[in-house]
Amino acid sequence: MSAVSAPTIPHPAAAAAGAAESPDAPFTVGGRAFRSRLMVGTGKYASNEQMVRAIEASGAEVVTVAVRRVNLDRTREEGILYHLDPTRWFLLANTAGCYTADEAVRYARLGREAGFNDFVKLEVIADQETLLPDPAGTIEATRVLAAEGFVVMAYTNDDLITALRLEDAGAAAVMPLAAPIGSGLGLVNPYAVRTIKHRLAVPVVVDAGLGTASDAALAMEQGVDAVLLNTALSSAREPARMALAMRHAVEAGRLAYLAGRMPKREVAIASSPTSGLLG
Amino acid sequence: MTRTVVHDESRASADGPRGAPPVTVVVNGELRTLAAGTTLADLLRAHDLDPRLVVVERNRTILRDRSAYSTLTLEEGDALELVHFVGGG
Repeated sequence: MSAVSAPTIPHPAAAAAGAAESPDAPFTVGGRAFRSRLMVGTGKYASNEQMVRAIEASGAEVVTVAVRRVNLDRTREEGILYHLDPTRWFLLANTAGCYTADEAVRYARLGREAGFNDFVKLEVIADQETLLPDPAGTIEATRVLAAEGFVVMAYTNDDLITALRLEDAGAAAVMPLAAPIGSGLGLVNPYAVRTIKHRLAVPVVVDAGLGTASDAALAMEQGVDAVLLNTALSSAREPARMALAMRHAVEAGRLAYLAGRMPKREVAIASSPTSGLLG
Repeated sequence: MTRTVVHDESRASADGPRGAPPVTVVVNGELRTLAAGTTLADLLRAHDLDPRLVVVERNRTILRDRSAYSTLTLEEGDALELVHFVGGG
């Protein structure tokens, strides 16, 4: 049988396929470009192996870590760098657990000294029960850290005015919550997040409160640049599978945003022709 | 709580003044008694800590130059924080 294949005649529909797809720009913050718009935390996994599998499945490039005292009576494997290759993932140190601007600045400086980058996920918490952020403390710490050359990614509530002040203070990205940290309640105020995205020039990342894939898609559909989540993966029954779901959801939400959704209507409009019906 | 770090005495007597009284320092919030002349490098080694994976703050100042750890002698009353990265969101 001849190896030469019959000349193929392109199907008329084939030429049109793909024409509408233009590649999305990378997510850029602090001069660094990332392909993935999903960032993930490393806390609260049942095991380090489970964590690594989930991070791999998520496709995330940016992973957050916390700065804590070395336990001097520890086993050697406690530090996360024994499990997470810092050349494979971009480590974003956070200031979780800080309740004042001064504390957060101290933690940020320690995190930078670990030697990976100048980025910090700034958190200044105001309330132990809700873990809601302290706007004044976050703005103050942003100003100090930005002046020291940090790329500040500031965790904040979904208040537009606070977001604007953070941008003025030098934040490289503003990260409004979807809902309280670890709550899994999803995006409780899409309008607020959409408004922040409309008004800010710096990237907007929805951070905290997402519970499942549809939450992540809904967040991305508001036009935000990325999402950051942790508990949604670490507390899922199967973290790696949820990580894959989140990866698809973030991509789907981004595509839907870029595509531009149809307007909502209160009445039906037929999808099939109303002419040409049989007599 | 006071603890005595397991320490290489031969090294201490080589580095520090012979017969000098031990020094008490605070490491990560705990009082520790160290032989006189103990360096920061000695302390990290005693706890099996890799200096590249630990950041050290001494009396609220970050010690940026890791090559100086072996010549930095800990002094009475020093407050040290030894931190590293752990899992977090």
